[in-house]
Amino acid sequence: MQRAGSGKQSSILDKSLSRGKTEVNFSSFALLFAEMIRYANNRSNTVSDLQDKLSGYGKFVGSRLLDVIVLREKGYRRETKLLNMLMFVKGTIWKNLFNKEADKLERSNDDPCQYLLIEKEPVVNTYISVPKDKGNLNCASFIAGIIEAVLEASNFPCKVSAHWHDGTTYIIQFDRLVIARENALLELAR
Amino acid sequence: MSKQTKFPMGIDSKKISGELFTLTYGALVAELLRDLESPQAVNQQLDKMGYNIGLRLADDLLAKNSQIQRCTDMHQVADVLAKVALRGYLGVTAQVSNWSARNDEFSLVLESNPLAEFVEVPSELAQDLRYSQIICGAIRGALEMMHMEVQTFIVQEQSQSVEIRVKFIRILQESVPPGDD
Repeated sequence: MQRAGSGKQSSILDKSLSRGKTEVNFSSFALLFAEMIRYANNRSNTVSDLQDKLSGYGKFVGSRLLDVIVLREKGYRRETKLLNMLMFVKGTIWKNLFNKEADKLERSNDDPCQYLLIEKEPVVNTYISVPKDKGNLNCASFIAGIIEAVLEASNFPCKVSAHWHDGTTYIIQFDRLVIARENALLELAR
Repeated sequence: MSKQTKFPMGIDSKKISGELFTLTYGALVAELLRDLESPQAVNQQLDKMGYNIGLRLADDLLAKNSQIQRCTDMHQVADVLAKVALRGYLGVTAQVSNWSARNDEFSLVLESNPLAEFVEVPSELAQDLRYSQIICGAIRGALEMMHMEVQTFIVQEQSQSVEIRVKFIRILQESVPPGDD
């Protein structure tokens, strides 16, 4: 590890944080992502293996992005309420990643622990043609991984998966604990 | 290629958040470091992936930049790489320098490296890992599509700047008869 003040090369922690307005050509991203899928595909036996790998990449991205975005956009104040947190994901996070909000946020009627985030055309699926033998493969698993990491790191334990429904739907299955805590908070406020 | 317009709908100038790109690449490198035994193997894999990307990017570049003429010497090639390709796809302009006496070898110096933002390579890997090797592969792949065989390698890489050496080897013939060469 580089010690502070030693050597000519300063540590990355000494640099000021970029404002994050840089943009990169979409083709570069699309081709890079395609190569990653190809690599992951070569190393996995089943569709769910592959989706797990993609979601793993997403978690790597999400856990790092959260700090940066919270710091920049919210002055390092994290959301503690479930609904605010979900709106933060749907709005702020999505805007930072894709420059638009996600399309819809819904609560499942059957299961109080389940929320749905719907995106008609996720960018990561734009140029991916899914082979027939891997019918239910959804490369938006990558984005599901990002969402999961963001929610987990904000202390809303959950599992997020991507499904083909209404475009792409991310099913967010919260830990029972989260909903119980949320209800307790509501009771207190009353 | 107008940089001012933010996220216009035209397909050719579609943009994506630079940080998403950087971090996605980081996720890839981290995964490769876990999967493969040595940093050298990681470099090789990155180079291969870059090569695949380059093969496709070449078409993309020519289709969208009709002002690019046929290059007749390496100086023109270097110009297109530095001013159009790297700017278009990575958002940085490279300096061309250190020409060899025979004009077949040059360096592209990237002052800022969009792939390496937020990145600190641990010191035990810094010797061997070529973090931005994928750019080398992409240049090699793209030039191969233009029938130029080149060698590319990273001369030096610091946290924010990279020097990439490009060496011209030969012109690839349209169709090499089997057994020939």
